Amino acid sequence: MENRPLEYDYTIAKMFMFTTILLGIVGMLIGVILAFQLAFPGVNLILGEGLAEYTNFSRLRPLHTDAVIFGFTLSGVFATWYYVGQRVLKVSMAESKLLMALGKAHFWLYLVVVVAVVVSLFAGVTTSKEYAEFEWPIDIAVVLVWVIFGMSIFGLIGIRREKSLYISIWYYIATFLGIAMLYLFNNMEIPTILGTSASGESGIGSWYHSVSMYAGTNDALVQWWYGHNAVAFGFTVPIVAMIYYFLPKESGQAIYSYKLSLLSFWGLMFVYLWAGGHHLLYSTVPDWMQTMGSIFSVILILPSWGSAINMLLTMKGEWQQVAASPLIKFMVLGSTFYMFSTLEGPIQAIKSVNAIAHFTDWIVGHVHDGVLGWVGFMIMASLYHMAPRVFKREIYSKSLMATQFWIQTLGVVLYFTSMWIAGITQGMMWRAHDEFGNLAYSFIDTVTVLHPYYAIRGVGGLLYLVGFLMFAYNIYKTMSARPVEEHELQNASPMGA
Amino acid sequence: MFHWLEKHPFFFAVGVFLVISFAGLVEILPSFAQASRPVIGTAPYSTLELAGRHVYIKNSCNACHSQLVRPFKSETDRYGHYSLSGEYAYDRPFLWGSKRTGPDLMRVGNYRTTDWHENHMKDPASVVPGSIMPAYRWMFTKNADIDTAFAEQLTVAQYFSVPYNQSVPMKDGSTAVVKMGSSVVEANAIALEEAKVIATDMKDQDVKDAVDRGEIPEIVALIAYLNSLK
Repeated sequence: MENRPLEYDYTIAKMFMFTTILLGIVGMLIGVILAFQLAFPGVNLILGEGLAEYTNFSRLRPLHTDAVIFGFTLSGVFATWYYVGQRVLKVSMAESKLLMALGKAHFWLYLVVVVAVVVSLFAGVTTSKEYAEFEWPIDIAVVLVWVIFGMSIFGLIGIRREKSLYISIWYYIATFLGIAMLYLFNNMEIPTILGTSASGESGIGSWYHSVSMYAGTNDALVQWWYGHNAVAFGFTVPIVAMIYYFLPKESGQAIYSYKLSLLSFWGLMFVYLWAGGHHLLYSTVPDWMQTMGSIFSVILILPSWGSAINMLLTMKGEWQQVAASPLIKFMVLGSTFYMFSTLEGPIQAIKSVNAIAHFTDWIVGHVHDGVLGWVGFMIMASLYHMAPRVFKREIYSKSLMATQFWIQTLGVVLYFTSMWIAGITQGMMWRAHDEFGNLAYSFIDTVTVLHPYYAIRGVGGLLYLVGFLMFAYNIYKTMSARPVEEHELQNASPMGA
Repeated sequence: MFHWLEKHPFFFAVGVFLVISFAGLVEILPSFAQASRPVIGTAPYSTLELAGRHVYIKNSCNACHSQLVRPFKSETDRYGHYSLSGEYAYDRPFLWGSKRTGPDLMRVGNYRTTDWHENHMKDPASVVPGSIMPAYRWMFTKNADIDTAFAEQLTVAQYFSVPYNQSVPMKDGSTAVVKMGSSVVEANAIALEEAKVIATDMKDQDVKDAVDRGEIPEIVALIAYLNSLK
């Protein structure tokens, strides 16, 4: 008994794997619909005139962003936490009834919040703040989910056998703290049912409506401190946690440099929070904050590239694995897209570039090369690595995975190239003057010119969605159709043809 | 030090928290001292305008339209004077947006009319050929939520001292008073008076009939809000 390897309990991880895939499909499908609505406005009436209110661009847009951020990505973060946490802390969830109960509460309460968000956003109940659209009752539920997540992290750490915290754990802790701080401060709001009229009436109007505690410029400042860093602590920090665990595991290589991981971690923590100001260049926030936002965005290249280079160099001497394994391909291209995206962002944060790029599709393109190429690829790769260990079966099909990889890579490339051209075209047309000093183009000229790029973007998004459905099918077949793996798996994940 | 931190999760978490909260303390707190004082000519929203603002938010108009004119010649030529911080003093939440799929609306009240908005919201491409904006026909039949707008006025007056029923200075040297009802009934009556003025300039017979019956369709509130953006 003494020498038997520890049996980890993946009950909660499995639950979150399921929502990762489900909400990924929902979020990406809505994204593709939105893309085609911009190219072909008739798509706004996809379910007929009667349901136009619920299918048009403006109602669906927050559903897309929130489904992908808080549905797909966050589920992926939770799924990997309930897998990685146990393994690097050398302790099983099954050892603590309390942690198991917390994990289940975490999942079910999360699901309740997801349903509430979907219903409320379809109904148009929103605070308007990007990625913080939820009204106060949902905010309270979100805080509860997050507190449970924190208890789960620190609970598992509390009963750990491995005394030293592995790099991935640093990043999970930072994810928890960062989002907690940002979410609380950005959602400070007063429910309007607290207002009392001169004649003594109270509890007037919608019970769920609230008003922000900050006004105008201050509200914008807090929102983009949040908005930018929700990206940091949702799309970067926990994804780095994933790659620090899954790439060395899958490739059988040790992390290239511990010192580089230290530098990147503490550097990222310190620098990232300053950069939110780059969303507000040339706005009415004080100039010095805008300049700080710009400068720190450029400095941010260092810790970002530190992590990415650390990952790529982890593959040193083992590059044949990239050719041999589609799973390694996802992770290596993911790190490459991370480098690419974290170089593009600082370029856009330079004031003179931002003057052209801000408000255009180039920003949309930037978000998507990061999210599709880095976040999406890493989450799918993590789930692919987890599947054989969680379900004790080899991955259904290697060739399907390879096909998916190329289809999605083509999708991402079509997406960001079309959005670059669209964004820079529009930015330049907005500012063009003719020889007499008048504006050269009316606004609508700068919209109609984008039609071909919007169509190409739609196709790019569709390819990515098709690839994601292949991923979902591959995981489904892995769960149901493959022979059982009896022995404890070491590095490279077993795959069928 | 780092090795020690990695063995002591509590101190590790404290360390991370200190490092990530530093930027917020330095960058955000100072701004709260002064940034949101209203400029002369900026008045709080009336009940109907606020209800219209809620319609704007409900339909995420801010997903495609900004309300922020940057200090460039190309922008001031197109949209009017660049934005000043104090102009947003009563904006809770701010609605600057992050994407201009459609044009900026910061000062749309200066150059578009009730009639233009009515036609445009019904069928955008008939007013602006080539427009990719969807139609918003349900706004002509659904009623605006005046009660909630009133509740918001009460809340901001109570908690943030927004000057309702007080005189505020206007650009021409005069003063204006934005009225807030003393009861739900009075608030609805004030909003209806304002709605009647908008409905007079509209063509849609169903909207006119609704206002005559004492109802306020969403489109009327939205147009009141858009007209107030100057």
